[in-house]
Amino acid sequence: MSTLALLRSIDDVQQALRERRYLASRGLATSVYLALKLRRPLFLEGEAGVGKTEVAKVLASLLGAELIRLQCYEGLDVHQAVYEWNYSRQMIHIRVAESRGERPAEKELFGPEFLLHRPLLRALDDSCPTPPVLLVDEVDRSDEEFEAFLLEILSDYQVTVPEIGTIRAARPPVVVVTSNRTREVHDALKRRCLYHWIEYPSFEDELAIVLARVPEAPERLAREVAGFVQELRRAELYKLPGIAETLDWTAALVALDRQALDPGVVQDTLGVVLKYQDDLAKVRGTAANAILDRLAART
Amino acid sequence: MTALVHNLVLFGRVLRGLGLEVNPGRINDAVDALGHVPVGARADFRHALRCLLVRRREDLGLFDEAFDVFWRKPAQGSSARDLRAMGERRRVRPPRFGPAPHRGEPVGRDGHGENGPPKREGWPILRATVTYSPSEALRHKDFGALTAAEAAEVEKMVGEIAWRPGERRGRRAKAARGPIVDLRRTLRRSLRHGGEVLAWESRRRQPRPRPLVVLADVSGSMERYTRMLLLFLFALAAGLERRAEVFLFGTRLTRVTRQIRGRDPEGALREVARAVPDWSGGTRIGEVLGAFNRGWARRVLGGGAVVLLISDGWDRGDPGILSAEVARLQRTCHRLVWLNPLLAAPEYEPLARGMRAALPYVDDFLPVHDVASLEALAARLESLGDRRPDRRQHVRGVVPARPAGEERTDEHA
Repeated sequence: MSTLALLRSIDDVQQALRERRYLASRGLATSVYLALKLRRPLFLEGEAGVGKTEVAKVLASLLGAELIRLQCYEGLDVHQAVYEWNYSRQMIHIRVAESRGERPAEKELFGPEFLLHRPLLRALDDSCPTPPVLLVDEVDRSDEEFEAFLLEILSDYQVTVPEIGTIRAARPPVVVVTSNRTREVHDALKRRCLYHWIEYPSFEDELAIVLARVPEAPERLAREVAGFVQELRRAELYKLPGIAETLDWTAALVALDRQALDPGVVQDTLGVVLKYQDDLAKVRGTAANAILDRLAART
Repeated sequence: MTALVHNLVLFGRVLRGLGLEVNPGRINDAVDALGHVPVGARADFRHALRCLLVRRREDLGLFDEAFDVFWRKPAQGSSARDLRAMGERRRVRPPRFGPAPHRGEPVGRDGHGENGPPKREGWPILRATVTYSPSEALRHKDFGALTAAEAAEVEKMVGEIAWRPGERRGRRAKAARGPIVDLRRTLRRSLRHGGEVLAWESRRRQPRPRPLVVLADVSGSMERYTRMLLLFLFALAAGLERRAEVFLFGTRLTRVTRQIRGRDPEGALREVARAVPDWSGGTRIGEVLGAFNRGWARRVLGGGAVVLLISDGWDRGDPGILSAEVARLQRTCHRLVWLNPLLAAPEYEPLARGMRAALPYVDDFLPVHDVASLEALAARLESLGDRRPDRRQHVRGVVPARPAGEERTDEHA
């Protein structure tokens, strides 16, 4: 709780995130701050690779809390997300009892010692000193059934296990829900959350992010990479590169001991940034060189 | 502070008027939030309200505009008028009041007595048959050649066709006879016999309906068919509830999923007409499909969607772009069906450059000019299997010649 209490303003949040090398816009910092103060889940939407998941990771390290991650997929159900009974232990328990000539009561078999805690249930567990950060990642990959299920957890921070009863967190976890928007998530879910759309960063912001995240990159290289990616986002591509791609590319170029971009190295490493053959074919060669020329003209 | 709360409530009402969903609980949250954010810091105040009151990216711009107008100093002019003007612009969005679009109204409207009201779980199971006996001649009459009286009759028939674009195996399993062992139920059952497992309980993955995405050409050359096609799309959207996405295009792509949903067909058509900027103009199918592939494909083609592309293939753009984009579209959907009203004419050959460029990448090439063809389409969609159609690899830019007499819908067995 101590760290949480130290975050007394939006500036504090922005500063604390920056210290962990996450450069948040003012809007994002406000949303994070309010999510912490109002104890509401934070719903982050944005294109792939703009740093949605990273928010949860950084928050966990910031608050000194455990990060509990639930990766969503279609068909994700209660038994993978919340709890499951330990069947093999139950079976053994029955056999052992049998050998003693007893017959275990049902209540005994469905007691806490046979309960397996899956991520959502663990997030409600109060035993750790700080409430954990629960990351419900890519919720748009799950299906409506699971969304409906999340509602109970996100609004009341409680789950109901039929055999045991309702489990409620005394201190609610910090919840971050992310979506790539491959489909529209139901309004009922969003209604319980604070909503923030993460934009692609401006050139200055992206440069700052590159320098913060890949500190070994020479300034000139970082500047050119950020500029190049900004130009790519203006092109008509099927999949625009995210910040994650910018960082990967910079790291790749650093590994190749490059000080600056040139046509050859762009040709060879463009696959780090663009992941579709159609996009690669479009940019490789003349288009890439034209971007390089424009970057050169600007400096 | 109370004046501020009052203003917040008013602001919430303004946003509701603009079509954002702002419930009173949210305003309470906003009041709470203000306890944490200094009101003097205007940017923070805006961010705070924004993350609380907006829930969709589309609404962000509208919120910012409304914020600027509402929270400025009163001396700067009458805000009421500006806000009303914004509401005008927003009118393409269907109003939030009025009857719920797809609950009270049975799918085929009055014609589907045997189905009863659609069930909440599951989707209405409908058959591709017309429930009353129509005149055969009318069923085979080209949409473009109908008299006004016939048109009314045909519109009714179009509205009564039922749509169900196949299923795919979902990933969610339910208790049923099937290949997945259900340990949970097995153990529960075994307790009755003192922990002896007598039979394995099982689960099976449940089928899910496929989403349907329609891209319909409303350019000048399609004009004769446009009205009937829109009525067809209306019936389709009503029948599939949230599982249909509808886009119209000429030189630009417009999403009309919200406009075409619910209400009466005439009202929906008016909304659609208002939303589409380039009605009855030229066509640039390639560019339009490119815009779809880049901006929408990832959002609406999930879950194995079936795509209906309705166009006569008269394209003013570059056929190279068209074939590349159609190829891409085919790769990202489960099945690509091209519906062409001109296909009705027995002597029709896909000679239009655009049509020729696109054809190698189309899974089904079907007519769409009369009631009978729509019924055939519904039947075809209903019978779609779980498997992807076999597709040959094509070399980009090389259009394989089709042998004369080869059936047009030869892509599947």
